[in-house]
Amino acid sequence: MSVRVVFGSRASRAGTALCAVALVALAAAPFWGGRDDLVLLSEIYAYVALASLWNLLAGYAGLVSVGQQAYVGLGAYVLFGLAILAGMSPLVAIPLAGIIAAGVAIPVAFLVFRLRGHYFAIGTWIVAEVFRLLASQVSALGGGSGTSLPASVIIGLAPSRQLRDFLIYWIALALVVAILALIVLLLRSRYGLALKAIRDSELAATCNGIDVKRTKFLVYVVTAFGTAMLGALIFLQKLRISPDAAFSVNDWTAFVIFITVIGGIGRIEGPIIGTIVFFLLRQTLADLGTLYLLMLGAVAILIMLAAPKGIWGLIVERFGWQVFPLERKVVLEHFD
Amino acid sequence: MMEWINVILQGVLVGGLYAMFAAGLSLIFGVMRLVNIAHGDLIVLAAYLALVTTQTLGVGPLTSLIVVVPLMALIGYGLQWFVLNRTLGEDLLPPLLVTFGLSVIIQNGLLEVFTADSQKLQAGAIEVATMRLFSGVYVGVLPLLQFAVAVAVIAALQLVFYRTALGRAFRATADDPAVAQLMGLDNRHVFALAMALSLAVVAIAGVFLAVRANFDPAIGPARLIFGFEAVIIGGLGSLWGTLAGGLILGVAQAIGAHFDPGWQILAGHIAFLAVLAVRPEGLFPKVRT
Repeated sequence: MSVRVVFGSRASRAGTALCAVALVALAAAPFWGGRDDLVLLSEIYAYVALASLWNLLAGYAGLVSVGQQAYVGLGAYVLFGLAILAGMSPLVAIPLAGIIAAGVAIPVAFLVFRLRGHYFAIGTWIVAEVFRLLASQVSALGGGSGTSLPASVIIGLAPSRQLRDFLIYWIALALVVAILALIVLLLRSRYGLALKAIRDSELAATCNGIDVKRTKFLVYVVTAFGTAMLGALIFLQKLRISPDAAFSVNDWTAFVIFITVIGGIGRIEGPIIGTIVFFLLRQTLADLGTLYLLMLGAVAILIMLAAPKGIWGLIVERFGWQVFPLERKVVLEHFD
Repeated sequence: MMEWINVILQGVLVGGLYAMFAAGLSLIFGVMRLVNIAHGDLIVLAAYLALVTTQTLGVGPLTSLIVVVPLMALIGYGLQWFVLNRTLGEDLLPPLLVTFGLSVIIQNGLLEVFTADSQKLQAGAIEVATMRLFSGVYVGVLPLLQFAVAVAVIAALQLVFYRTALGRAFRATADDPAVAQLMGLDNRHVFALAMALSLAVVAIAGVFLAVRANFDPAIGPARLIFGFEAVIIGGLGSLWGTLAGGLILGVAQAIGAHFDPGWQILAGHIAFLAVLAVRPEGLFPKVRT
């Protein structure tokens, strides 16, 4: 008799197949959608990816950060800096932004990891504020009022405007797929097992020989890497940067947290569901302005109090579905 | 030399206000391990309540405290009783998320009612009154009053915590909620009282903030951050440490601003990060016996 670990279930195989079909349809979007559709879809991808990374950080590693805007802004500023001051192609600058942010995240982690729980949350926010204030001191990039990407950089990307739109759209899609794949692979690795153990009980995880601190450190740095690449992409699409926009706590953290909690924290499907709900609400209620944000805050509070596992948590409890093959199952095989 | 004395003095006086921001934060963390992300927005809410009070009753800002302090305490009790008590537990995400949601609700609610225009409370002649400390060094009467109030608030909290039955209930619940409950304390009520006290302090801080400078619905988060920095610099669990933390933050900001106005806030953050790097338990942590 031998023991084997298999991933997934019939539901996850169906889910993966569905994802593959959706991916093909989305990759072909430039051929069926207009310019507005592409911009909206790119924004959705960015939020799915940002929320998935925050979910990895907070939902799995228990690192509740409210300062991820630090890396969105850092990535964006690295892209603008390299493109404007060094004339680098944005396509090269995006991965470089991720690498630089990961490098910056290492000393930052040493500092903020000294704070626990809630204090960690506010500590990360202060780091983001420091980044924002430093960015507004860089006069070469417009200081406090920000700057725009020069036309030469934009034209260098692709000769026609339509091609540029397509290119940025495909990069956004590729990035969200890559980030989701990275998270799935990470969760399927031995680090994933460690993370799930940490999620369920840090004490028990430590007792089973998991180096909790090291695992959290790894997740923090990986998250910074992904978040900064997204920041670079988001502002490449916006073509304009300012410290307040790039390091906005509302845009890059409040929304992301609400999305994750509404969708279901600690589950990989949660941020995707949450983003869809978020954009449905936004497209229908955006005219309400500040009232819309007020309602979003209220919905997030209600969900946290009434259904802390979010929408996907309710679905899993009711139907046992899973879209991504993450669940481990031990199979006993008999040899007669 | 005189210049530097002035800079440091101004920093110390502002630091009193930061210590008041921090005291309310530190109090509820001490009692129920809750960090209230909406703390700064509640300070701004108190400032707007004072604005409405002064306008409708035609009284001065300091008199408006008679209305604003009990009102904020009541809001605190209700908030804890109906919302925040449900979030307390092993998991730290629910209280964090709910107070984050509250922060967004308060900010946008204030924006909806009062618009984004900045406001200020007018305190009259006292605003410009100054006193001569010694030759060449003058201080405003209002900042001095604000500082004296801050010291009084910290002293009063210290007294409540260590000399009254309420303080005993706070400390007992903080040490072991289950045993406190067995001894006949209703934890939900104790927590609600702690939040009421915290928001009473927030009310005082809010009114002084509103007299000292312009305010608008968006300035809350920065006040939360200043209060938080003061708590960590001073050391967790020590009220006098919190006062010291506030003063150090105020002085660091004043020195930064003296070199370049753009460095004011940054200098405060850097002082905070330096303390975190060198002495993460804070400068005056409470020694557990």
